[in-house]
Amino acid sequence: MTTQTESTPLRATAPPRRVPTQALVGYLFILPAIVGFLVFYLYPALRGVQISFTDWNLLSAPKSVGLANYDEVLHDPKFWSALGITVKYVLWNIPLQTVLALALAVAMDRLVKSMFIKGLLILPYLLSSVVVAMVFLWLLDPFLGIVNQWLAATPLGKQAFFSSAEQAIPTIAFVNIWKHMGFNALLFYAGLQAIPRTVYEAAAIDGASEMTTFRRITLPLLRPVMVFVLVTSLIGSFQIFDTVAVTTQGGPADATRVLVYYIYQNAFSFFRMGYATAMSMVLFVILVVFTLLQMRLLRANESDLE
Amino acid sequence: MTTDAVRPRRPFPFGRLLAWLGLSLIILISLFPIFIVLKTALTSNKALFTEAAALWPSQPTLVNFQRVLGLLSTEQAQAAGGSGSAVNFLGALKNSVLFTGLIVIGQTFFSALAAYAFARLKFPGRDAIFTLFLIAMMIPGIVLFIPNFITVKNLGGLNTLPGMVAPFILMTPFAVFFLRQFFLSLPRETEEAAFLDGAGPFAIFWRITLPMSQGPLATLAILTTIGMWNEFFWPFLIAKDESAYTLPVALQVFKSQTPQGVPDWTGLMAGTFVTAVPVFILLIILGRRVVESLAFSGTK
Repeated sequence: MTTQTESTPLRATAPPRRVPTQALVGYLFILPAIVGFLVFYLYPALRGVQISFTDWNLLSAPKSVGLANYDEVLHDPKFWSALGITVKYVLWNIPLQTVLALALAVAMDRLVKSMFIKGLLILPYLLSSVVVAMVFLWLLDPFLGIVNQWLAATPLGKQAFFSSAEQAIPTIAFVNIWKHMGFNALLFYAGLQAIPRTVYEAAAIDGASEMTTFRRITLPLLRPVMVFVLVTSLIGSFQIFDTVAVTTQGGPADATRVLVYYIYQNAFSFFRMGYATAMSMVLFVILVVFTLLQMRLLRANESDLE
Repeated sequence: MTTDAVRPRRPFPFGRLLAWLGLSLIILISLFPIFIVLKTALTSNKALFTEAAALWPSQPTLVNFQRVLGLLSTEQAQAAGGSGSAVNFLGALKNSVLFTGLIVIGQTFFSALAAYAFARLKFPGRDAIFTLFLIAMMIPGIVLFIPNFITVKNLGGLNTLPGMVAPFILMTPFAVFFLRQFFLSLPRETEEAAFLDGAGPFAIFWRITLPMSQGPLATLAILTTIGMWNEFFWPFLIAKDESAYTLPVALQVFKSQTPQGVPDWTGLMAGTFVTAVPVFILLIILGRRVVESLAFSGTK
């Protein structure tokens, strides 16, 4: 016993070979990511909740106001109008974009597997939304834009596009359909590739027509990809900001003041940090509902191929 | 003619023809706006009004590119039709390259490091932390941007490169998640052999795991490059001074600078084209890889 107790300090005086424990190494490996996560994800998320309960203009100290901001959200006609405009935008954007992308994917699947064509179709998606907005601002310019130059020669005549209260939202929706169509088609195309060819062969032997095959086989088997594309597009579409910031700045006559633009205005033009954050929390809840919906829909048809 | 009688005549494929027409039309619609940008950028300001409906300038000129890249003196630029006080696109180009480059390198490396730990090392709280990362993927940008703006402002980060890259350079939950899934799929044998040879965890990560993961690392780097090169909202909040503008911010500001009341369209389109050129190059050099990376981003 005594020899053993004596040997312990002896070993300790010898320089211990530094074998770092796996746990320590693990913490060291995740340290940079954890710092980034704590400072720029977790802290702002919690801080956002806290700010949403205050009245704060960034200059003076924040004043706690309880649920007043959330109460204001519910009774702010401009918030509801912004939400309405956002929904209107989403309705112009998503259905047409999805149908076109699906048609494009089927065409690619049947006609060309060429990487070159895919590259061309994906090009708009690779451009910055600022670049895309700028391009269409110019193409659709009322005076010099080439589209209006050409339209002037037709019975339709020149159109106001971005500067018309009625046309602005459909125009912005079209601009983003142009940007995202090829990318969504690529996702659908990847989904089509995953459908086993044997299923199609069986359908062909049974004498099913093209339309029947598409409706009864392609669409149901594409549902997981469809749900994914729809929900991610929906979440992205609900946060539309860049195109509006570049083209209309919410105008004309607030016709394009979508939700994120209204939040941005409150935070950085009116310096109402508390109110802006409260609205962003409401937006967050809306998006979480979409995500939960996606999970349910995905789970509901996991067994489609089995 | 005789073959017709022998072989049963195949019906004319109207469906295929229609599909080809549709596909060609969509490709045309996808490319036409980009073509018009180039046309406008090559048009002199004088010809802009007379040739607005034309498809190509009668006298193509590079003067607009020289103008936006600051290669002309103020007088020359004004003579060419610019405001003279044009935004410094060359500076913005430099900022965009630094902004994107630093983030791609930092984010890929630090996320890979963390992803390796989540996939291979054991430590208390590992799964709880990873779950937190996954939840964070759902938080929309606007929720984080306002408090992050306040943080960066309080730290004196407005108009600085560190302030602009800070929220992205250390990690994104998606990058960590994406690489962890891949690392989990790698066979452990090589790593175990290296461990028995006495290699430390970092050596194993750096010399074995990373080289085996070149494909996914490239995919992630491409997705991050495209996303950050095009990022507008965050730099727009942080870069209030011209010296800090990235290209998308510079474009937006340049558009609003309309001393004569009419936007400087030829200059604007030259700037737009300059902003898009790196993306064209990326697509030309890495075409297949870019397309496959994007297709992959949808199969989570």
